[in-house]
Amino acid sequence: MNPFLTLRVSLRAILRNKLRSFLTTLGIVIGVGAVIAMMAIGAGAKEQVEQAFAAMGTNILIILPGSTSAGGVRGGYGSMPTLTWDDLAAIRTEVATVKAAAPSLRSSMAVVSEEMNWTTGVTGTSPEYFEIRNWPVALGNAFTQSDVDGGTKVIVLGQTVVDKLYGPNTNPIGLTVRVGSTPFQVVGVASKKGQSATGQDYDDAAFIPFSTFAQKVQGGLGKFLQGQIMVEATASEATARAQQDITTLLRDRHHIAPGDDDDFSIRNLSEIADARQQGTQTMTLLLASVAAVSLLVGGIGIMNIMLVSVTERTREIGIRMAVGAEPHHILTQFLIEALSLSMAGGLIGVAAGVGTAAWLAQKFHWPVLIQPDVIAVSVGFSALVGIVFGLYPAQKASQLDPIDALRFE
Amino acid sequence: MGDAVIEITDVTKIYLTGDIQLRALDGVSLRVDTGEFIAIMGASGSGKSTLMNVIGCLDRPTQGRYVLAGRPVQGMGRGELARIRNHVLGFVFQQFNLLARTTALENVELPLEYGGVGSRARRKRATDALVRVGLGDRLHHHPNQLSGGQQQRVAIARAIVNDPKVILADEPTGALDSRTSVDVMAIFQSLWRAGITVVLVTHEADVAEYASRVVQMKDGHIVSDRRQEPRLATPAGGAEAAP
Repeated sequence: MNPFLTLRVSLRAILRNKLRSFLTTLGIVIGVGAVIAMMAIGAGAKEQVEQAFAAMGTNILIILPGSTSAGGVRGGYGSMPTLTWDDLAAIRTEVATVKAAAPSLRSSMAVVSEEMNWTTGVTGTSPEYFEIRNWPVALGNAFTQSDVDGGTKVIVLGQTVVDKLYGPNTNPIGLTVRVGSTPFQVVGVASKKGQSATGQDYDDAAFIPFSTFAQKVQGGLGKFLQGQIMVEATASEATARAQQDITTLLRDRHHIAPGDDDDFSIRNLSEIADARQQGTQTMTLLLASVAAVSLLVGGIGIMNIMLVSVTERTREIGIRMAVGAEPHHILTQFLIEALSLSMAGGLIGVAAGVGTAAWLAQKFHWPVLIQPDVIAVSVGFSALVGIVFGLYPAQKASQLDPIDALRFE
Repeated sequence: MGDAVIEITDVTKIYLTGDIQLRALDGVSLRVDTGEFIAIMGASGSGKSTLMNVIGCLDRPTQGRYVLAGRPVQGMGRGELARIRNHVLGFVFQQFNLLARTTALENVELPLEYGGVGSRARRKRATDALVRVGLGDRLHHHPNQLSGGQQQRVAIARAIVNDPKVILADEPTGALDSRTSVDVMAIFQSLWRAGITVVLVTHEADVAEYASRVVQMKDGHIVSDRRQEPRLATPAGGAEAAP
């Protein structure tokens, strides 16, 4: 008996009891549908988080100077300058895993236009900063190395600052703003970056050359770098290595004896990203167990209805055996029937899940991501459920005694 | 005497129901030659149905030898017995045993499906078999659209579609009225004349009259075995049994 014929016989048996077959598959439909929809939502949320981290830059290291410790009151990181401008130069030239490094001197200051003012975080930095933070300038240009060398009074504004000072959709390039009492010429507007994962507005910022910042805000460019250093590793995978190399380099340069504490600290954003990822993995695991339970319940439903079906059709099995059906023919027939039921449930479930996800995306603007591999795994699992839970009833049918089966009323 | 197609030697079948042993067959020996039309008679409980099941490879004897068409059957597995039933035997039952909600044609095709015959050949052979029993105009009817006699003729078509050596009929007229019974017996006689061995189990003496040999059973033994001139079945017009 060829497989096509067996399939036809099985499908006919399924369609003979349409409502019953549908109700039987419902367990699988709900299980698979829920998993597909939830996974799509989960993956969408995960991707959103990942994009947020990519916006921050996962291969970024932040080097903070050490802390003061005066009279038992410890000042926290950055309270005492320990990083020097020479350290920055050494990091740039001596560490192979470092792609770029930029100083970040920050102060909260009022930026004043002709009509409005807005207090924002002003950062003194170098042109590499925009590259490290993967943050291109949308209008105009970033300041250049010669601006840094010359200590020129040019400024790059964040989008929020532009909106606050000039209103939306305006081009402030060439205009003059005052920072404190110093006038700066606006040379660029940074592209809109949005919010950080913690709700901080990236665009509420302004950038000036660090030399100008040191002169006008910090009272001159000294030996110490009064701020942080941002470092971009050559790749995400190289971040840990870069962190190690920089630690070694700075300990050496600061003459820290082995066993003594670092007088600086390096923060690794990829660690935060990893923690987030672990959270998502926990959620995925949770979803997978929900799926496993619903597929198990669906499988038991299929097994139940297959046992009923075998009993109902005992006489048919007897007839088939009398005219020459071998045990494996009967086994295959019922196994394919169970498999068809579970596969139909799986496919309807996929459609339902994709539909639900699409509906949620459209109605509530949830970020959803439908992954083909999740669909494949779901359908595969439904097939597996059909085989596993169909095997016992099919086995039972194939081992019936032909005479008993024929006599069955 | 022709070649032996069924050779049963000293066969015993014991059923165990709880502690009670029931000897349904008690040392039965029977030889049936190709081309015979044999009726096995007996009251219920005489062992005739058990003998039928053993001959039909549906049941295995507790003891004894059984050679069917030259092949020893005892010791065969379930799959092998199924293939023997498919190729060598054809069954006709009292209750017709057709698949419900399945057309006459598909019912007749069933043995060919398990025999691995391709779909075109299957259709042709099944159609031929149905024409042979006079149902050429009922190919696509379902069993519930056919009369008892017509259903039994579909069953006969199913039994002969694989060109079996032996047709086994278990009370084939038991569910039919007397006129239809004659029609069905006429078909069996025409098949017998065409060279197929027919084994008929019945408890009705007038049905046994159509056979060429009558075996009487009682309490698991054969008590008489005689050859006779078969009475000719003349169909009342319902079935045109072409040879």
